[in-house]
Amino acid sequence: MKPPRAWIGAIAGGAALLVIPLVANSFWLDQIVTQALCLSLVAGSLSFLIRFGGQVSLAQVAIVGAASYALAYLGPNSSGLGPHWSLAAAIPAALLAAVLVATLIGMLAARTRGIYCLMITLAIGVTFFYLARQNYSIFGGFRGIAGIRRPEIAGLSLAGSVPFYALCATVAVLAYGAIRQLGRTPLGVALTALATNPDRVEAAGYDIRYLRILAFALSGVMAGSAGILLAWFHGRISPGAVDVSSIIQILVIAVLGGMGSLPGALLGAVLYLLLENFAIDLIGAERFNSLIGGVFLVVMVASPDGLLGLSKRSALLRNALPLGPAGKSPSSDRSPSQPGAAATASSANQGSEIAG
Amino acid sequence: MRWKIAGIAGLMAVALATAPLPGRADEPDIKIGVVATLDGAFAVLGQDAVRGVELAVAEVGGQVAGRKITILKASSDASPDSAIAAARKLVENDGVDVLVGPLSGDEGIAVKDYAKNHPAITFVNGTSAAQDTTLRDPAPNFFRFTSDGAQWMAGLGDYAYKEKNYRRVAIVAEDYSFPYTQVFGFMYEFCALGGHVVTKQWVPIGQKDFSSVVAAIPQDIDAVYVALAGADAVNFLTQMHQGGNDKPMIAGSFTADQTILSSKGRFRDYVLGTPSAGAIADSLDDPDWKAYVAAYRKQFPDGLGSPSLAAYTYYLNTAALLRGLQAVNGDLSDGHQQLHAVLSKLSFKTPTGGEVHLDENRQAVIDNFVTEIAADSDGKLYNKVIRRVVGVNQTLGMDREKFLALGQVSRDNPSCP
Repeated sequence: MKPPRAWIGAIAGGAALLVIPLVANSFWLDQIVTQALCLSLVAGSLSFLIRFGGQVSLAQVAIVGAASYALAYLGPNSSGLGPHWSLAAAIPAALLAAVLVATLIGMLAARTRGIYCLMITLAIGVTFFYLARQNYSIFGGFRGIAGIRRPEIAGLSLAGSVPFYALCATVAVLAYGAIRQLGRTPLGVALTALATNPDRVEAAGYDIRYLRILAFALSGVMAGSAGILLAWFHGRISPGAVDVSSIIQILVIAVLGGMGSLPGALLGAVLYLLLENFAIDLIGAERFNSLIGGVFLVVMVASPDGLLGLSKRSALLRNALPLGPAGKSPSSDRSPSQPGAAATASSANQGSEIAG
Repeated sequence: MRWKIAGIAGLMAVALATAPLPGRADEPDIKIGVVATLDGAFAVLGQDAVRGVELAVAEVGGQVAGRKITILKASSDASPDSAIAAARKLVENDGVDVLVGPLSGDEGIAVKDYAKNHPAITFVNGTSAAQDTTLRDPAPNFFRFTSDGAQWMAGLGDYAYKEKNYRRVAIVAEDYSFPYTQVFGFMYEFCALGGHVVTKQWVPIGQKDFSSVVAAIPQDIDAVYVALAGADAVNFLTQMHQGGNDKPMIAGSFTADQTILSSKGRFRDYVLGTPSAGAIADSLDDPDWKAYVAAYRKQFPDGLGSPSLAAYTYYLNTAALLRGLQAVNGDLSDGHQQLHAVLSKLSFKTPTGGEVHLDENRQAVIDNFVTEIAADSDGKLYNKVIRRVVGVNQTLGMDREKFLALGQVSRDNPSCP
């Protein structure tokens, strides 16, 4: 039983995705929309972990990097590294590498929660960056690996803007659908419960360590797909793509859009890229980072659950007293040991609320 | 609560409304896009780079053949991806006619590749000094009126061997393409004369602990060639002294900077007499250079004390571009073909008092300066000009085929142990 609102949202979203290539020029299509789709998959994999498993991981960028580097190293490149496999072999290998790295990270992080999970995943992310920068035989050192070519699918080259946009949109829609479906399965229910109350899940007889590693592995599929798409998008991979500022960028995108949903992540990515590209025109070269930071702060203060939370808030506002339910942010009942748990709790209660 | 929603909606509306629409074809202005590092570690250089462009545009009165010039900027963070993103915004969204930039080496190679997909736009370099931007697989619409990292070393290997009598040198340099190119330029002359580079050590950018590097420097050498950014160089040399090694230094183009020159105490005595080489020298006793510095100071009272290499290179490339635009009367209606032909043949006098023209790959043939750290009458350290090397070309005077056969610069190429 889907509420009609979700249907309206889905149809509107689908229509928007179909219309965009007709109205956007190549800059908007590539630099804003396609890139936002890729980044929203990364931020979405973080949201996924928060919702299914209740862990905030800062190592998602390392998983993305693992996929990008595996694709670049194993497949065709112009840096003279690796075995130069065909793309048909390199793509699954890259995805597998991402899932393996995600599982390893999951094993390390499975016993931790809250701030400890943040710390250990941040350490893993930074370690991966230094490994990539200092290893020359596989990662290509400071320059990374260049000359990653986009493939052809059924004779259609993905080098063009529109075909590549279509691929990214398809992957994003598939990921979105898969997450929705997962929410309805017993496994999804168990993972959602794990995010809200791990002790009771354990009491019910589940092995929560195993469940958490599984959640990491599943998020690795999503982050790995994003890694492959981003490697094709830039045509190269270098340590700069997996450094601390990239880790923060993903966190900012997830928070801007609203933790815990893929459409939110997409919204956040679009806003972030618009600011990154046009802040310099609004405010000049000297202060454009201040504007980016300022908008981030305004969004955080006005709506702790991001841009997507605004629509819910305005719905609540319409039939609320000034101090009604809207005045209480859902995060007010957050326990300090579980960042993000509250947002996921509210979405868990509303079943299919991830549709936004 | 309501005002907060209104506030965010308003912000988004502003962000969307101010996103510029594609430019009109009948736009009378000539749009120059500038890609520079306006944030991050190189922000000071990036801002000075923009001053260089503004100075060149101000010199022609802000217009060419009656068409006003507008400058649009986009920022990169010295990574190739960000340089491409900045270039794409300026070319594909803001509709610039010409693009000036970028600042760092690997960015330049990426922008050159991008230029190939936009043959009807003209690209001139900024500071970027990677060899392969123009040496291998050049783009027909990318012009570089400044030297590459190897050309910046012209004269230094010769000076170190003949005047300083150094025979055995150990190298400590940062681990990316620009220092590889610098080391190549130094070794090209030094090894040909019979010098030996005993060891090469490549360190990650921003490394603070050099103890293992110091330990690996052999004792039987005459000098250490250092291509580290100034602050890192001071760190390294301090630790080298603590390790009981006080061999003299030969400096890369970016090593003998203000950090080194402002050193005090025993260290000051050590750096005195350190030879280096580069495209400009603050102390150049040349009327053209003095006029250029005066113009820079007049237009930018809050700028740097003297124009940096970034300001100079962006200025020189923009000045060349404006000469080309004047020669074609600002007429770009033929897909820039006329402009490209003019730029390829352009020859003019640079602010350093020499002449610049381009080779067949659209790469500058230009003067270079060998300098040495000296003290002025007030005891302040500065880079004194020792000699001018006239008309250095990209193959350093060698036959092009032979030069290409030397292979791409890398951690191991060249080698003369």
